[in-house]
Amino acid sequence: MALHGRHLLGIEELSGDDIKLILTTSRSFREIFTRAIKKVPTLRGKTVINLFFEPSTRTRSSFEIAAKRLSADTINFNVSSSSIVKGESLIDTGRNLQSMAPDIIVVRHTDAGAPHLLARCCKGLSIVNAGDGMHEHPTQALLDALTILDHKNKIGGLKVAIIGDIAHSRVARSNALLLKKLGAEVWICGPPTLIPLEIRQYGVQVTFQMKEALEDADIIMMLRTQKERQKEVFYPSVKEYSILYGLNKQKMKWAKKTAIVMHPGPINRGVEIDPELAEGEYSVILEQVTNGVAVRMAVLYLLLGASEEMEA
Amino acid sequence: MTLLLRGGKIIDPSQRLEQVGDLLIQRGRISGFGKIPARKTWTVLEARNWIVAPGFIDMHVHLREPGREDEETIESGSRAAAAGGFTSIVCMPNTRPINDSASITRYVLERAREVGLVNVFPAGAITKESKGEELAEIGEMVNAGAVAITDNGNGVQNNQIMRRALEYSRIFDIPVVDHCEERNLAAAGCMNEGPRSTRLGMPGMSRAAEEVHVARDVILSRITGGRAHIAHISTRESLEWVRQAKKQHIPVTCEVTPHHFVLSEEDITSYDTNFKMNPPLREPADRKAVLKALADGTIDSIATDHAPHTQFEKEETFEAAANGIVGLETAVPLAWEFLIRRNLLTPLRLVELLSTTPNRILKLGRGTLSEGAIADVTVIDPEREMKVDVEKFKSKSRNSPFGGWVLHGIPVFTIVAGKIVHSASA
Repeated sequence: MALHGRHLLGIEELSGDDIKLILTTSRSFREIFTRAIKKVPTLRGKTVINLFFEPSTRTRSSFEIAAKRLSADTINFNVSSSSIVKGESLIDTGRNLQSMAPDIIVVRHTDAGAPHLLARCCKGLSIVNAGDGMHEHPTQALLDALTILDHKNKIGGLKVAIIGDIAHSRVARSNALLLKKLGAEVWICGPPTLIPLEIRQYGVQVTFQMKEALEDADIIMMLRTQKERQKEVFYPSVKEYSILYGLNKQKMKWAKKTAIVMHPGPINRGVEIDPELAEGEYSVILEQVTNGVAVRMAVLYLLLGASEEMEA
Repeated sequence: MTLLLRGGKIIDPSQRLEQVGDLLIQRGRISGFGKIPARKTWTVLEARNWIVAPGFIDMHVHLREPGREDEETIESGSRAAAAGGFTSIVCMPNTRPINDSASITRYVLERAREVGLVNVFPAGAITKESKGEELAEIGEMVNAGAVAITDNGNGVQNNQIMRRALEYSRIFDIPVVDHCEERNLAAAGCMNEGPRSTRLGMPGMSRAAEEVHVARDVILSRITGGRAHIAHISTRESLEWVRQAKKQHIPVTCEVTPHHFVLSEEDITSYDTNFKMNPPLREPADRKAVLKALADGTIDSIATDHAPHTQFEKEETFEAAANGIVGLETAVPLAWEFLIRRNLLTPLRLVELLSTTPNRILKLGRGTLSEGAIADVTVIDPEREMKVDVEKFKSKSRNSPFGGWVLHGIPVFTIVAGKIVHSASA
């Protein structure tokens, strides 16, 4: 098994084949969700620790449900950012957890590279990156890809517009990497203050105009605006941001009629997306959440290499 | 003691001297060079094929004492300097407490005298507690032995304070050493803002943060006549500002670190915190500009910015880790390997950067092998190879990205006032 014994630190380290394997496996797991008993014994006796240094409800719950549906034991280790001020360092936390012999540590951290640091210091287990700073959020990109495949049956050749605060977004980076690996045409759009230097190294197109990004787009990915950014003079007001870069019905007309609207959540209603759109016919936002569980099951399963037991 | 260095290649830019010959040291001073027959009572060092140069001067060292003796002490830092071929070091004032008064300056000098290895020249703070608000008692520190002033690590944010410091420094004819970093532009950056920071998803520090202050210092040096010295210069545009200033005879000088002429941000591949320093590693084009500026005279000095940190301060995420790397014990071999062996500089020019010009900027009365001068001498074996082993550093700290690198050009003897303070057995 190509992923057995590895870490999942980012999309960067995955090959196109790795990605396809994860997506195929995710689909087969999704079938379990429709059963009366939504649980298989595949990872019985395995331990998964969710180590979250950043508040998160959906990603943590999603990993937890994924592990539980595979019969793994899960422990949630939440470290609020306020309590790490002068406490145990990340590396000491990692070593302590390692001593309890878990099989996987799922980590989210405010700093880029935190999962990489854990991967270097914790031996004999796999690290899964559940979001590190502004760097990567690989399972998000994978669940987005699965959702796109459900609707379009392909990724190559599609025009995907990623819109919003690109600079601070790990979701944008992981998606750009994955979508380019699978051959999509990716457009990055947002105010210049929120587009990082040399983003073109990802092979993406860049525009400050929403019309250009949306024109003939198959996929529209709206990113969450972080309200605290306003203080850092990235844009004058939430209202103006919404006018320039919020998605509404009017702007939807620029995209293909068959376009789908995605969002990694949680949504700021009325800021980056009109509530009507978020709940309307184009929206696949809740499907993304469902696929999140399937993709995370596939990741845990493949990293632990439990293939033979799958039929059980 | 009388010491005869026999048959070395003597390189002394202060006399435009480059010749094979003997160098005689008596009573701590240079007493002659040329062809000198040895006498029985003298200690003779065979220096054939070795470079004999005026003692190297590192203008930028953090010794951490007082306050952070777990990272480095005046003693361990002095040993590291001697092992690295430096006979004189200038120690930065950002200790705990900050060296912003004559009493701290005297303390540092007293400790250095007790250690008695290399010359330690303290730099005092520009402002009280380096807060950037009020001038420190600069005159008292200079009287106590400070050779420069700097708010190193902070950078002077207030332009008027910088102007006053440059004006006031003229009384003592000392350089005002500036860590150029405009804090708002630097923001929370932990590496250069560029292609790599985007890729690695880390907050970048704009090059403009440095350049705005370099430009400011050029402007203020021009109107005040004070000598601004730009510490650890790192960008192409900063160098261009200094180049233009020099053309206009504005008294601005600058130094560069070995890591900025050897590495670039492209070397940051795995969140290894030994590549985190401030100013950060820049882009390859900046490194290229640094190499050009080393050759054309825009850069005056190579200084290490030796910044020892304990392991726990570096065993962190890149964003949370401390800035800086140790440099005293790798600077000379790195310079030899990357500047001389690659034919970018002549040995004469390198000695100028490591000894002659730093002495001229700081007026230390060193940096020469002329007859009667204090016998501070660095001897290099240009052919000897070394594999950098951080565990063998004399420094208390191990934070170097160069562990395992194979380098040539090793300091084999370090001589301070006629006394051998370091010798490397072959």
